[in-house]
Amino acid sequence: MDFTLPAQAEAFRAEVRQFLAEHLTADMIAATRDGTIHSPALHRAIAERGWLSGAVPAELGGGGMDPVELCVMLEELQLHQASADALGVAVVTVSVILEHGNEFLQSAAVPRLLAGEALGCFGYSEPESGSDVAAARTRAERDGGDWIINGSKMWTTLAHVADYVLLLTRTDPDVPKHRGLTFFVVPLDSPGIEIQPVETMGTDRSNATFYDDVRLGDEWRLGEVNGGWDVMKTALKYERGIAGGQFPSPPVIEAAVDWARRSRDDGTRPIDDDDVRSRLVQAMIDVEVSRSFAYHTAALASQGVMFGVEGSMTKLFASESYKRHCSWFLDMMGTDGLLTHDDPDAHMDGRIEEHFRHAPVTAIYGGTSEINRNLVAEGWLGLPRSR
Amino acid sequence: MRTRYSEDQQAVSEAFGDLFAREATPEVVRAAEGRGGFDRGLWHKLAAAGAPGMAVPAADGGGASLVDLAVVVYEWGRRIAPVPLVEHAVTARLLCTGAGRGVPRELRDAVVSGDLMATLALRPVSTGGSARLVPAGAVADVVTGLRDGALVLDRSEPPGEARPNTADLPLADRDLSGAAVIATGEAARDAWNAALTEWKALMAVAYTGLASEVLAMGVAYVKQRHQFGVPVGSFQAVQHGLADAATRAEGARLLAFRAVSELDAGHPGGGRLASMALLFGAESARFASDRVLQYHGGYGYSAEYDVQLYYRRAAAWLLQLGEPAAEVARLAEHDLGPKGRAA
Repeated sequence: MDFTLPAQAEAFRAEVRQFLAEHLTADMIAATRDGTIHSPALHRAIAERGWLSGAVPAELGGGGMDPVELCVMLEELQLHQASADALGVAVVTVSVILEHGNEFLQSAAVPRLLAGEALGCFGYSEPESGSDVAAARTRAERDGGDWIINGSKMWTTLAHVADYVLLLTRTDPDVPKHRGLTFFVVPLDSPGIEIQPVETMGTDRSNATFYDDVRLGDEWRLGEVNGGWDVMKTALKYERGIAGGQFPSPPVIEAAVDWARRSRDDGTRPIDDDDVRSRLVQAMIDVEVSRSFAYHTAALASQGVMFGVEGSMTKLFASESYKRHCSWFLDMMGTDGLLTHDDPDAHMDGRIEEHFRHAPVTAIYGGTSEINRNLVAEGWLGLPRSR
Repeated sequence: MRTRYSEDQQAVSEAFGDLFAREATPEVVRAAEGRGGFDRGLWHKLAAAGAPGMAVPAADGGGASLVDLAVVVYEWGRRIAPVPLVEHAVTARLLCTGAGRGVPRELRDAVVSGDLMATLALRPVSTGGSARLVPAGAVADVVTGLRDGALVLDRSEPPGEARPNTADLPLADRDLSGAAVIATGEAARDAWNAALTEWKALMAVAYTGLASEVLAMGVAYVKQRHQFGVPVGSFQAVQHGLADAATRAEGARLLAFRAVSELDAGHPGGGRLASMALLFGAESARFASDRVLQYHGGYGYSAEYDVQLYYRRAAAWLLQLGEPAAEVARLAEHDLGPKGRAA
């Protein structure tokens, strides 16, 4: 056993830091507050650097960046509060198209996605189905050689800036739910698509997307007819590799330490309080646990071991502890903790307050904590399926 | 970078896993509870297998790495085996490296072989030289400690009897007033701190072994115990409690082995990770044993079921070091600087 990151990965970390020092501006971080959770300039710069194509597995024709280095890149992006959502989505979209897509899709969508010129988004969830994703009801019906799509999707985050949606549809309602699904890559400028914003408690926005007699040629179909569940499994597999989200807490802890070192009116400082010190230490321990999980899954992937439940544990632990940390440090600041970034007195642009509002979604999107606990109970502990 | 056991480590894990499963059964653990928390027969078998001194330098009769030792300690923790493996192994390393080498060769050899059992007084020794509640103090022939800044070693007849305690650990007071000075000054402090750090990292590993075994026990129980006509393990409330415990236990295991690995590599962050791993390992072992006891219902509280053996040790192992809050305070000082000094 050897948990030390290879020198090559540390060298790559330095490279990523240098890149972020050159390309990541305060404006870019602030720009994510307008709800796009995406910075086009940063995304293109990452693509130009070759790190987007690099993150696509080699067996699919991508750069096959070592998973440990990929992990380090995602870690650095998060530590610097650089938005990486679109990056992850693009890598998954490309990977799924390369694995299941026909020649048309591979030539129409992949090069633009890899260049950072086009963005993807996920059309899995619906108003009536979230965790039970295979219950999707959005219909795709044959019309000659074409398909006609009708229905609606929820939480189509990034759709308002994206070019393609990976759309999960129902093509056979008369068979068990997993066997009647088909995927499509749908250009978002197709007639009949409407995108409506879904505002959130955080500064990010999501979307509801509506499909009204959207006509698509069969060339936009991804994978087999009624073979959509296989495509879904592929998408989830690649999402585990690039999901990131293992390092949400360090920017919050950084702000908390900064705040704690300031003097109160009576001259005392929070950082001299035992309970504040104890919580800061606890949060730093949680971060090291998350880091151990992240390096472990990356090392497994690097050795060609396809991990499963470990990914659920990593996400479960990181998001749940992140929520705790945000609450602790919001409390630590007292009334001042309530000031948002619009207020001139907000500490570090209201960072802790903003994270406090953002944190809950991390235990929901990409697999809720409850789903992940189910997966741990079944896949790790061998307990019977409970749903 | 390799976060799984090597083939050799896998073999070590299986060999010692078998040994502990065979020789440190719950019956053995229970029998030792009436006898100072120690089983001499088990200690001899462990010594015959070469475990007590395996991680001293090859020239002294060892040659295994700290990670290799941790692989054995994990199996020890799984069976909460009533022998002071961690205290002894850490003390053996202390006596074979740096300032600790200032002890007679015969004594060192006897500790490495396990003929003499050794321990360390984890908590500060009083100015008069008495060490209270020393781990393995009831049975160890050799006790090391830090007395007035000097590294000292006492070789004397152990009392045999333990102070009655929560987990029936072999805790006993030892008099170090007449202990021989091995080293002084910075060299003594460095050697002592290294040993303490290794104890923390290895106990962190042991804790994750404890957690994994208590979880296995809990899973087996909730699968066979039926209520309302179904296994209680089919209820989501039970599943999610166990899933949270398993997640923390696995995180603790990775952090603990990462700490040991960083210590092995001599990286400066190893000590910090060892403290963190110990605190988190203890907490996750307590959480796991609490969940498993709870899901046993009344039987979990009964003496008859083994979960109570684990529950008590989950609390007790860490407290041999003192107050957990003091360990948190040390980490805070390391990461945040001292209290009460304006930046």
